[in-house]
Amino acid sequence: MIPCAFDYLLASSAAEAISLVAQHGDEAKLLAGGHSLLPLMKLRLAQPSVLVDVGRLAELRYVRESGDHIAIGALTRHADLERSPVLAQHAPLLALAATHVGDPQVRHRGTIGGSIAHADPASDLPATTLALGATYVAQGPHGTREIPASEFFRGYLTSVLEPDEMLVEIRVPTMQGAGFSFQKFTRRAQDWGIVGVAAWVRGTQSGVALFNMGSTPVLATDVSAALADGASAADAAQLAAAQAEPPSDLSAGREYRTHLAKVLTQRALIEAGAR
Amino acid sequence: MRVRIKVNGTDHEHEVEPRTLLVHHLRETIGLTGTNVGCDTSSCGACTVHIDGESVKSCTVLAVQADGCEVTTIEGLATIAADGSPVLHPMQQAFMQCHGLQCGYCTPGMVMAATSLLAEHPHPTEADVRSGLEGNLCRCTGYHNIVAAVMACAAATGGAA
Ligand SMILES: Cc1cc2nc3c(=O)[nH]c(=O)nc-3n(C[C@H](O)[C@H](O)[C@H](O)COP(=O)(O)OP(=O)(O)OC[C@H]3O[C@@H](n4cnc5c(N)ncnc54)[C@H](O)[C@@H]3O)c2cc1C
Ligand code: FES
Ligand code: FES
Repeated sequence: MIPCAFDYLLASSAAEAISLVAQHGDEAKLLAGGHSLLPLMKLRLAQPSVLVDVGRLAELRYVRESGDHIAIGALTRHADLERSPVLAQHAPLLALAATHVGDPQVRHRGTIGGSIAHADPASDLPATTLALGATYVAQGPHGTREIPASEFFRGYLTSVLEPDEMLVEIRVPTMQGAGFSFQKFTRRAQDWGIVGVAAWVRGTQSGVALFNMGSTPVLATDVSAALADGASAADAAQLAAAQAEPPSDLSAGREYRTHLAKVLTQRALIEAGAR
Repeated sequence: MRVRIKVNGTDHEHEVEPRTLLVHHLRETIGLTGTNVGCDTSSCGACTVHIDGESVKSCTVLAVQADGCEVTTIEGLATIAADGSPVLHPMQQAFMQCHGLQCGYCTPGMVMAATSLLAEHPHPTEADVRSGLEGNLCRCTGYHNIVAAVMACAAATGGAA
């Protein structure tokens, strides 16, 4: 399978990429790692007539400490997250989640910015950064804006990003020693989770997000509120699906997903160290 | 678009259509048919090659994305001895010795994924090898001897393969 014909433009900076996309309107798409976009183009589910390649913008490939958060360039690849000593120390949940994305070949190419911008509710990094309370930085023709992860996802493969905006940085608060867990239930190796949970717990504070439990990743604030009120991990986990609208599809039905969400959340909370 | 890729140490410059996939560029334009296409949907890993030393699925990379990069395919692993005879890469030798293949269709991709795996994890456990090869499907062997081959190669080379 070969994608439809398109024009290929290599951007030499984020600003250039944004102006190229703006110039070509709806017909243009950014190309980062290509590991969501190219499979869609091969299946003709996406047919952009212009691709603006940002995959080689080395200046947007970094993980660094920045006060109370870790700043991650949007073009940082999944494999970079796995190996980052900064993440291992300050946001180990994100490094762990990255090891669960696809397979090594996918992780050598795919980027955190592409994964979040793609807004697939089944993906690992959107939910994980949501659980961690991340902020995404988008750059457009008129400057940059900061978007809290909790306000970013709008529906299946849909976010608040404008077509001429580009994610340039992901800011993840440092975990400050929080316990954490990543639970992903798959039927086949290398696959997206049928249901998954990313969670951290530190004293009475926690963050729990579910993936593939609706058209967006779901922040289970009910679970965190129950934990803060002193509920046990088992009791809090009963609320895991309360804010979700899980789909029924070939992999699993709605009831099964609801059950899985509770089981995986309980495991996650116990592993993360909640009582 | 004009694309220059160093494949197995030799520069290749060609005019390519942007939509050309790297695997087709390698097989059809450059004539290196060792890299196979299995699924064409990023799942099976038969098309695995290295870009700048890291394993990738060449059915999911555009040739233009590899412009200026170094690509290694299965044909680039063996070396030539002083007397002119070919010397298989230790991973290829291990696959032979451990019988890590049957029909051989997945083998070029398996070997390329395995060499990239050992470059990142020189001393893997069996579990590391199994998860490190999760992007590569084999319909014949049941994986047992493939894993044995990678473990044998790691042991034989002290992780320097
Ligand atoms: C076999 C396979 C298995 C996979 N398994 C998993 C899995 O288990 N879990 C998982 O989470 N993911 C999985 N993935 C997806 C993978 O993580 C992708 O890398 C990721 O979803 C997209 O990142 P990318 O850099 O490849 O983006 P691309 O494919 O290049 O782009 C995706 C979309 O985002 C847009 N975009 C890219 N970068 C930006 C940016 N900086 N700003 C704005 N828009 C941008 C593009 O225009 C496009 O619409 C898998 C992929 C494959 C091929
Ligand atoms: S042919 Fe590329 S992954 Fe199967
Ligand atoms: S040996 Fe036949 S597919 Fe692996």
